[in-house]
Amino acid sequence: MPWLSILMGVPVVGALAVSAVPKGNDRLAKQLTLAVSLIVLALTLVMAFQFDPSGRRDQFSEIYNWIPSFGVHYAVAVDGIALVLIALAVVLVPIVVLASWNDADRPEAKRSVKTYFALILVLEAMMIGVFAATDIFLFYVFFEAMLIPMYFMIGSYGGAQRSYAAVKFLLYSLFGGLLMLVAVIALYSIAGKGTFLQPELIGVIKDPTTQKWLFLGFFIAFAVKAPLWPFHTWLPDAAAQAPAGAAVLLVGVLDKVGTYGMLRFCLELFPDAAKFFTPLVIALSVIGIVYGAVVAIGQTDMKRLIAYTSISHFGFITMGVFAMTADAGSGATLYMVNHGFSTGALFLLAGFLINRRGSQYIADYGGVQKVAPVLAGTFLVAGLSSLSLPGLSTFVSEFLVLIGTYERYVVPSIIALSGMVLAAVYILWMYQRMMTGPTPEKIKTMPDLNLREKIVVAPLLALLIGFGFFPKPLLDVINPAVHQTLTSVHVTPFTPAIPATAEKKGAGQ
Amino acid sequence: MTTHYLVLSALLFAIGAVGVLVRRNAIVVFMCVELMLNACNLAFVTFARQHGNLQGQIIAFFVMIVAAAEVVVGLAIIVTIFRTRRSASVDDVNLLKY
Amino acid sequence: MEPAEIVQHSGGVIGVSWLMIVLPLVGAAVLLLGGRRTDRWGHFLGVAMSLASFVVAVLVFFELLGLGADQRRRLVELYDFLPAGTLDVKMGLLLDPLSISFALLITGVGSLIHIYSIGYMAHDPDRRRFFAYLNLFIAAMLLLVLADNYLGLYVGWEGVGLASYLLIGFWQHKPSAAAAAKKAFIVNRVGDMGLALGIFVIFTTFGTVAFGPVFAHASQASQGTLTLIGLALLLGACGKSAQLPLQSWLLDAMEGPTPVSALIHAATMVTAGVYLVVRSGAIFEGAPTAQLVVTIVGVATLLAGAIIGTAKDDIKKALAGSTMSQIGYMMLAAGLGPVGYAFAIAHLIAHGFFKASMFLGAGSVMHAMNDEVDMRKYGGLASVMKITWITFGLGYLAIIGFPLLSGYWTKDGIIETAMHHNPILGWLAVIGAGITGFYMSRLFFMTFHGRPRWDKDAHPHESPAVMTWPLIILSVGSVFGGAFLITGNRFMLFLSPAVGRPAELPSFAPFSVTGLVTLALVAVGVVYAWLRYGRSEVPAVAPRGSLLTVFARRDLYGDALNEALFMRPGQWLTRLAVFFDNRGVDGLVNGLAALIGGTSGRLRRVQTGFVRSYALSIFFGAALLVGAWFVVGNL
Repeated sequence: MPWLSILMGVPVVGALAVSAVPKGNDRLAKQLTLAVSLIVLALTLVMAFQFDPSGRRDQFSEIYNWIPSFGVHYAVAVDGIALVLIALAVVLVPIVVLASWNDADRPEAKRSVKTYFALILVLEAMMIGVFAATDIFLFYVFFEAMLIPMYFMIGSYGGAQRSYAAVKFLLYSLFGGLLMLVAVIALYSIAGKGTFLQPELIGVIKDPTTQKWLFLGFFIAFAVKAPLWPFHTWLPDAAAQAPAGAAVLLVGVLDKVGTYGMLRFCLELFPDAAKFFTPLVIALSVIGIVYGAVVAIGQTDMKRLIAYTSISHFGFITMGVFAMTADAGSGATLYMVNHGFSTGALFLLAGFLINRRGSQYIADYGGVQKVAPVLAGTFLVAGLSSLSLPGLSTFVSEFLVLIGTYERYVVPSIIALSGMVLAAVYILWMYQRMMTGPTPEKIKTMPDLNLREKIVVAPLLALLIGFGFFPKPLLDVINPAVHQTLTSVHVTPFTPAIPATAEKKGAGQ
Repeated sequence: MTTHYLVLSALLFAIGAVGVLVRRNAIVVFMCVELMLNACNLAFVTFARQHGNLQGQIIAFFVMIVAAAEVVVGLAIIVTIFRTRRSASVDDVNLLKY
Repeated sequence: MEPAEIVQHSGGVIGVSWLMIVLPLVGAAVLLLGGRRTDRWGHFLGVAMSLASFVVAVLVFFELLGLGADQRRRLVELYDFLPAGTLDVKMGLLLDPLSISFALLITGVGSLIHIYSIGYMAHDPDRRRFFAYLNLFIAAMLLLVLADNYLGLYVGWEGVGLASYLLIGFWQHKPSAAAAAKKAFIVNRVGDMGLALGIFVIFTTFGTVAFGPVFAHASQASQGTLTLIGLALLLGACGKSAQLPLQSWLLDAMEGPTPVSALIHAATMVTAGVYLVVRSGAIFEGAPTAQLVVTIVGVATLLAGAIIGTAKDDIKKALAGSTMSQIGYMMLAAGLGPVGYAFAIAHLIAHGFFKASMFLGAGSVMHAMNDEVDMRKYGGLASVMKITWITFGLGYLAIIGFPLLSGYWTKDGIIETAMHHNPILGWLAVIGAGITGFYMSRLFFMTFHGRPRWDKDAHPHESPAVMTWPLIILSVGSVFGGAFLITGNRFMLFLSPAVGRPAELPSFAPFSVTGLVTLALVAVGVVYAWLRYGRSEVPAVAPRGSLLTVFARRDLYGDALNEALFMRPGQWLTRLAVFFDNRGVDGLVNGLAALIGGTSGRLRRVQTGFVRSYALSIFFGAALLVGAWFVVGNL
């Protein structure tokens, strides 16, 4: 069964149906979108249960010729890493749809309500496609095409500075994308294999200098997307201006394409260059971790604050990817998923607050806990997940990244540890300023979360807590895939100085 | 033999090019463009004859067809402009700028 | 004697010992998710869950006792917590004399404080939430002490940090409470960095974080590695246990409701650092430098806490200073190796009783005095609050080391051991005991004796039975606990399967020189306090005091130091970074955009609209091409 094509097809058909809904019938459009996204979620779950973690690398594989004269294929397949990221995307979409129920109705929106929801569905199809693509050309097409719906979502439904933010986002991403296009074409012609299929291009480029140049072409595109310091400044603008739902998809899923691309393309296709550039990337990541956190502390706008925390978190992810140890790799992949849930919850709750008070400035809030305890409580849990409190799934991933990095790079890992303290400062200080203290007049009438909003937040928090205590299901899927990736990079696995567990295993055999 | 035709073709092309650059009347400019096109046609046909194949002749037909189409569109534009602005000078129609 | 082997266990009550953690966790979940619906019976559920956990702990304790001494380290495997590439953490519980001692203290004292809180929080509209947090704390604390690996310990470690954060900031509408909660969490996080680093080093050295294999192989690691691990763990312990230099949060933490101060910031959570050091004994014993640092930190804190305690007028802050100081004693003992471990934990348990009793007593006093905390407005309460007075008095006598009461046995054990180990440490500990005698007497006399200095609208009365019964039970513990544990080295023998013990058991000498000097110094402290605060009039407004008093009143300038060293530079750094990001990084990007925009603005002037100039440029372009072709063609 062509699972992946169906997964992409359903939202596309859904998007067409939603845009065909007659004018003035917004409710139907919303319900239809929600239904379609739930169907996709259900299909993905069915597919995920048929996935065999220890099985082949390219499961649910489909390959058709697309442009035969250039060796371009429509080729999709998933391994553990791609599967969990697709799962992240399809879980977030229905939540975002429900959370943005009234977001497109605002009078300042430039386009119709149904367009917004159709765009979400189009974006969903592309998000699935970009993670599933095993043909580099196809990946590139999705990578760039994803910008279009997001551009309209920010530019047409965003805040006051939406045009500036949308154009900045688009130009920044296009800049990176063009470098990648050059690298893609160069890879094709230098490899001389007449194909764009990623598995067939692994290990083909041997010349170190060529590897370095091609690596840079891919890497800069992904670094802009991720975003890695110093290519990050588009993110705070885009995230602050985008409607909350779009911000969730942008930071939660779209940016993950950058870190996913580093793992899948930069590491696998150009292992020697990746090792050559590792010190640089680790340095940039550590700078990003500390810098993002420090700048986040100084923010006055909560959406910008959350965006900067993400820059800090992306530093952790890239550090984990380039540490090239099994623990850090699994941690980084898990981090991509958890960060989607955690930041998603934070952005959505920030959106609920902004809808109520009409301001995204932290200073306009205070004492919310007194009038809206559920809102404040869920906000706190989401915040705690951002500061990686043990018991929440983000802790597992951050811990793995740090310990995995420590195996190879001691000093960067220790510096990154300070991110833990800084995270506590930015989250708890924001919470203190917004939720505690005396309640100002304008807040006194603030309603607590309604049923729809509770349904939006509950699954995210449940996932955060559930995977916090029991991350095994995710890790079991991720570990073999990371292992395979690291195998194609040819790194020596880490061995402890005094293997205290070895004897036990020996006795058991 | 070939050289003579080519020299003639080059001369015609040069006259046409100079005409386009120095004349103001749109109709004359247009005729100079036609002159350049036909100079090219002459060169094509000359080469076709020299190589003894038909490719040059075929291209000459293409050029004629394109030229005919271009004349139709171009003259229509010129006439419309003349109707509104009472002038056929190419220097008077400079609104399409920056 | 070396610690006993860890044995896999299944079945029995020990097999279901995870119930201890799960029950209060369920309680917390029900109360938090249930919302207002559970308001009416929420506190009963909280108490029931805590008591149930206590019952399980007692059953486990007796089952452990039923096993032979060398069989008393049972490992209960639960599930595969974190299977990653190399790191593979199986979550399990380690039931041994050390962990069960803590579990009994946590659930026992915890349950009493739960019961007490029913009365103390009776008028608070958010009482249910309070009990939810208390239950959460019990669960996290039990995970901390019962986990069989460092990662599980870390989860509990930060879990209690969260509970502490929530409870200090329980009255969130008070800005001071919210700030104190945040401060506690952040300072603790600094310590947690150390603990995390320690875990990293442990993992990269041993390839596992489970206690059993790590301790079994600790002796093979180099001394440098062990010292690094030890110091990193000590940093974690300092954060949680409010030891220098991470002590500053504990005094602010008194913003929380008093039962919280009693349970978390006196009896249990703040002693987690001592647990960590004792539990990691195998590592510290291989790293004498780290042990030395532990003792130095302990002594420094026991003196600093005592000095702070002498100058505070806020009854809870004075008690908090005392808590710091007493944990300093425990830390000192924990740094002395297997001889000290038993005394450290015995003092910890005794302290759990008498400090909880005094904190709850202080709560009872505040309850009676309209939440007034300034001792200068107390005085003469002994006559109106008989039960509180007696129970508090017993706790007070226990902490100053009045002969035959708890503190006498346990603290004397620590001092003797320290003296034996290093006389300088020993004498400093003796001086600390003398100061303890002074500040505790000051507190006691200012509160219960002398002439009443009450506010006009204060009508002190004894607290209800639900509050006094826990006081009575705790004070019984503070009277007899020490003697029970120390005589005949009972506790040391009990604990030895978990932490080992010296070949030669220490014998208790009631009339040693050290002991007599200590008693004399304490007596001097008490008498001086009686002269200053018992017999003579206490001014209602604090006098300016000497330089030393001001120094102590300002928490030895700990906050000022933190502010000058970290907060202000941090604020500057933040501002600088925000400015740099907006103007520097983003400025560069926007500048580039402006440059391109400006250039194209100028370039478009070339488009004049004159057809003939376009034709000319085309002509030149063509000429250029042809010319270039000639040049290249001739090459």
